[in-house]
Amino acid sequence: MFYRETGQFKTSYEADSAVFPILQDRIGIMIMLVIAFVAVPLLGNDFFLNTMMIPFLIFTLAAIGLNILTGYTGQISLGSGAFMGVGAYACYKMATFFPEVNLIVLVLVSGFFSAIVGMFFGLPSLRIKGFYLVVTTLAAQFFLTWSFNHIGWLYNYNDSGAIDNLPRKLFNIWISGPNASPVTNYLVVLCIVLVMTWIASNLVRGRIGRSWMMIRDMDIAAELMGVRPLYAKLSAFAVSSFYCGVAGAMMVFFWLGSAEVESFDENQSFLILFMVILGGLGSIMGSYMGAAFIVILPVLLRAAPEFFGLSVNPTNMEHYSTMIIGALIIFFLIVEPHGLARLWQIAKEKLRTWPFPYS
Amino acid sequence: MKKLIKIGAAVACLTTAVAATAPAYAEDVLYIPSLSYRTGPFAGGGTPNANGFADYFNMLNERDGGIGGVKIMLEECETGYSSKKGVECYESTKGKGALVYNPLSTGITLQLIPKAPVDKIPILSMGYGLSATAIGEKFPWTFNYPTTYWNQLSSILKYADSKGGLKGKKVGFIYLDVGYGKEPIPLLEILAKKMGFTITKYPVGVKEMQAQSSTWLKVRKDRPDWMIMWGWGAMNSTAVKEAAKIRFPLDRFIGNWWSGAHADMRPVGEAAKGYMAANFSGIGTSFPALQDVIKYVVDKGKSQVKSKDLVGDVLYNRGLFNAVVVAEAIRAAQKATGKKAITGADMRVGLETFKLTKERLKELGLEGFTAPIIASCKDHEGAGPVFIQQWDGKDWKRISDLIPPMNDIVRPLLEEAAAKYVADKPGWKTQTCK
Repeated sequence: MFYRETGQFKTSYEADSAVFPILQDRIGIMIMLVIAFVAVPLLGNDFFLNTMMIPFLIFTLAAIGLNILTGYTGQISLGSGAFMGVGAYACYKMATFFPEVNLIVLVLVSGFFSAIVGMFFGLPSLRIKGFYLVVTTLAAQFFLTWSFNHIGWLYNYNDSGAIDNLPRKLFNIWISGPNASPVTNYLVVLCIVLVMTWIASNLVRGRIGRSWMMIRDMDIAAELMGVRPLYAKLSAFAVSSFYCGVAGAMMVFFWLGSAEVESFDENQSFLILFMVILGGLGSIMGSYMGAAFIVILPVLLRAAPEFFGLSVNPTNMEHYSTMIIGALIIFFLIVEPHGLARLWQIAKEKLRTWPFPYS
Repeated sequence: MKKLIKIGAAVACLTTAVAATAPAYAEDVLYIPSLSYRTGPFAGGGTPNANGFADYFNMLNERDGGIGGVKIMLEECETGYSSKKGVECYESTKGKGALVYNPLSTGITLQLIPKAPVDKIPILSMGYGLSATAIGEKFPWTFNYPTTYWNQLSSILKYADSKGGLKGKKVGFIYLDVGYGKEPIPLLEILAKKMGFTITKYPVGVKEMQAQSSTWLKVRKDRPDWMIMWGWGAMNSTAVKEAAKIRFPLDRFIGNWWSGAHADMRPVGEAAKGYMAANFSGIGTSFPALQDVIKYVVDKGKSQVKSKDLVGDVLYNRGLFNAVVVAEAIRAAQKATGKKAITGADMRVGLETFKLTKERLKELGLEGFTAPIIASCKDHEGAGPVFIQQWDGKDWKRISDLIPPMNDIVRPLLEEAAAKYVADKPGWKTQTCK
């Protein structure tokens, strides 16, 4: 009824291949952007921004990165946590070397370091596939975290062995460090994530994205049709690691404030993989949904009893939250193995014919 | 569709709920958040500490009606020893008028150190955290009474030295291979030169915590005269078990204060007999204050301890000692400001001015529980002494006097480390002390 595209005629090829061909979708996106840019900063308090919105956006970016590799190119990786770490450590080192350079530039440049490292560890993907590739990316994970722990130069020989964010200003406003307000952090992260989402959605719809998907669907056929696996696979590794690296740098500088090696361990990689699988492989929107599910839901669950005026022992609540999240993951994967994005798509199709479904 | 609307409404409700500002508590409450961990791999250490911390405040509420007539409100927040959840806990509690944070995790402490001056809530990382925060001029908002890791190490070496001399000896250092375990290494190397011993390092990764046989094979080959351990969690009991297996003399094996808890040694039992560890808080329940805790809290079923026998454990008492320091600082702050309900900024003043003298300890019913602490603006650690305790197969027994640290060597190093931390942070607020 509300969600009907009758009468929306496409008169040009551009309109036909738009990202959001349906008017209602475009309105929906506009409303969401207004909420994200206006309502959230105005209404959200520190807790909401710092523990839900900022991590949600950062993990979304990491999930998009992994989705490019796993969802679009079909190469499973368990090294995304470590690639985030490469970005974080690169950004930290550059921020100490070039204190006067704009931090946002450094955050983006640190992605390139991550991309180079990612490409290097992506080389085995030219020979091996599937579970065997998982093992080599896991090796990358262990090797990189070992380096973060044992190469003192990477953390400037700090006694604590941790890297911390360095306070920096942009247009005379603190954007990182303790003096930066969560709203500033949130807006910076939001802008970076949105721009990179837009780039990713264009990448996967373009020539390079199509070649990734051809490799995913059938690599031999793709090769016969002229897609060069070397370029396709390595570019996927590079772009994916770039996204993870930027997410890692943002994690340290705009969210946590300091990070030890444990922030980039294999649990992190698994978490990002779960976001991708749960959200939907091969879907940018799914990355948002998966990240929201894994990042925001536990925080909401833990905050729920207090809101409803119940007093639940925080230890028990921790156990309940783990159980509820686990059960929900199983539930969603049974209901729709293709992830939340597919559920949303089905819902949209149902909405089109509602209230008079014809089948 | 109805279903969808319902779900949407529920989600919207929840979101606004969280977005709505947390309720501020009435003025006459001393609100103290307790970032505890009763779940996860380190729950064995986190639980007794959290119990001791909570029980002492409950006792003060029950016996004295709070501090200075104001009730204490303690709220626990589960961190699971994860830095991320620690930040979540911090953000969710700081708006409620939190007086001080005791994160019981070096990782969480590191994240809170820069936030403390901005939110004006001090941090008391008692016996953990960043050693350099002992320099009060550079870190006005962070405290680590009664002493730092570095000073502790010097005390341990002093003890070893007193048992036959360290000159020309071989010392093995086994440590958890993370920031916490690596932190004392620079000092160890300096002291090795000064005291004339050689060191061999044995890192144990977090994943190998419970599989240390290869490490101990190396120890057997190297035959060090002393072993010193910087461990936490499951690493401790495993190391002692392995040491006993290769017949390393356990009375030459000293752990730091996080490597000497009841929870670590009970599973090893008789086999761990002779193993030693440093400590700064009393063992057992023979102190009047502990008796009051049992009388007013544990016996009334208001404690979370599983059984009464666990009261008086090393880590229980350390959590309790942490609460004692916080309570004393609150008293000092109330006195200094003349207010009953204080703020985080007042609390900072309290943490710089309280005096836990011998007489005061006796008044509190903690005579001989720990060494006196005299707080000051300059010195946020107090450079307190530690004592050595030994496991007799069933219980920890104190076997040494209080051993003061080599503060004359350690202090300049701490100053250096503090200056380095501050150097690359523009806008960092320091203070000058009279």
